[in-house]
Amino acid sequence: MLDWLFASPAERRLLGSRPLRGPTPWVIAIMTFSIMIVAAAGLALAETAALVAAGTQTRYSAQIPAGGRSLAATLEAIRSVPGVTKAEAVPEADMRKILERWLGPAGASSDLPVPALIIFDVRAGADGQAIARRAEAAVPGAKVIAHVEALGPLLRSLCALQWIAVTLVLLLGGACAAAVVLAARGALDTHRFTIEVMHGIGATDHQVTHLFQRKIAIDALTGSLAGGLAAALVLIALSAGASFAGELMGGARLGTADLVVLALIPVALTALATVVARTAVLRTLRAAV
Amino acid sequence: MLKLLYLAQRPTRGRIALFGEELTDASRDSLPHFRRRIGVVFQDFRLIRHLSAFDNVALPLRIAGASEEEVEGPVREMLAWVGLGDRASARPPTLSGGEQQRVAIARAVINRPELLVADEPTGNVDADMARRLLHLFTTLNGLGTTVVVATHDVGLISATPGAQMIRLENGAMLDPTGALKNPPPPRGAV
Repeated sequence: MLDWLFASPAERRLLGSRPLRGPTPWVIAIMTFSIMIVAAAGLALAETAALVAAGTQTRYSAQIPAGGRSLAATLEAIRSVPGVTKAEAVPEADMRKILERWLGPAGASSDLPVPALIIFDVRAGADGQAIARRAEAAVPGAKVIAHVEALGPLLRSLCALQWIAVTLVLLLGGACAAAVVLAARGALDTHRFTIEVMHGIGATDHQVTHLFQRKIAIDALTGSLAGGLAAALVLIALSAGASFAGELMGGARLGTADLVVLALIPVALTALATVVARTAVLRTLRAAV
Repeated sequence: MLKLLYLAQRPTRGRIALFGEELTDASRDSLPHFRRRIGVVFQDFRLIRHLSAFDNVALPLRIAGASEEEVEGPVREMLAWVGLGDRASARPPTLSGGEQQRVAIARAVINRPELLVADEPTGNVDADMARRLLHLFTTLNGLGTTVVVATHDVGLISATPGAQMIRLENGAMLDPTGALKNPPPPRGAV
């Protein structure tokens, strides 16, 4: 399976120059690093979106303009609505603390009227809209807001960002493939004489291709492993000091499947570079007489 | 014409038949098989500069799939025969013109080709080596190899018993029957 990586000493001498010379390993290392960082961001966004979506799917909040005067009765009324599994009132102190962040000390002033807020969950699969209507009917004047609707723009933004990340990964992969094609053509130009002699003696296109494919594969493997290692270090450093970022992202973390995907990126790029190099060399050789 | 003969070029008209097979429209993938049956001595040697004399001579055997054990003995023997036994590890730029030509000849005959095409093979060697090379070609011919030599040295070929000669002049082939044993002094390429 890995025979393309191995060559006899005589085969290695044919191309003269050693692998890891020239810009190819560096270009692939930079591409791998960029792809892994973008992919990690995309995966983290996906995890965040899933977390936010899961947390908001069945959650509603009811605003009662009268404030906390009839809060206990209102809370009981909402709990009695069929389909409501859990209902909790947000303490006024917590509400004022939130307001204080936006309004300063004025937010804590008792002169500022604060509506009572009840957050309730409905049974999964239940008709949330109907339950919300029943809750509004049970508590006159209450305004029920579905969290999934309130956070809809955020979820759509997260989804768009994920697609941007996927597009960037594909574009960077394409740029990596283009760099490999240029490297393969450059190598063919450099070794044109050797190739002509080999062909004249009876070498097949596949024998010639094997030499270049192996050289570029080693360059790609080394570059992608170096780039992948650098990206892994950056991601570890970010996650180690990311309690703040974690809070921003709603506590989302990269899962095992995400880490496997990230770990496979250098391998995938090496495979891509090898296939692209092989195709480019074979096509170039076949274009010759 | 030599390039057509050793399958480095395809004809724009006419036809090529080698080893009893029509190769005019042969597929690209089938050509290496026929090229391995042809040895070529180029006028400009066409040695790979960064390879040693040993590796240059061993190249046809390795391309044909011979193992290192199968390569070692014949290559050493061939280098010794052309007088370069002690220069096996030397690279072409460090060899004289005559030495490079001998390496090129050794490479062309190492796998006992069925057809040997030599372009001015004796142009850079002394008279003694030229005689030895002609003896090698004659021996190979006796063993079944067809030897085609392009040369301006008509006297050399005339001295080779049984050699058939075709004269090329201004791009035209004269006496294609090969019956012309003693052509007039050449005015163009011969």
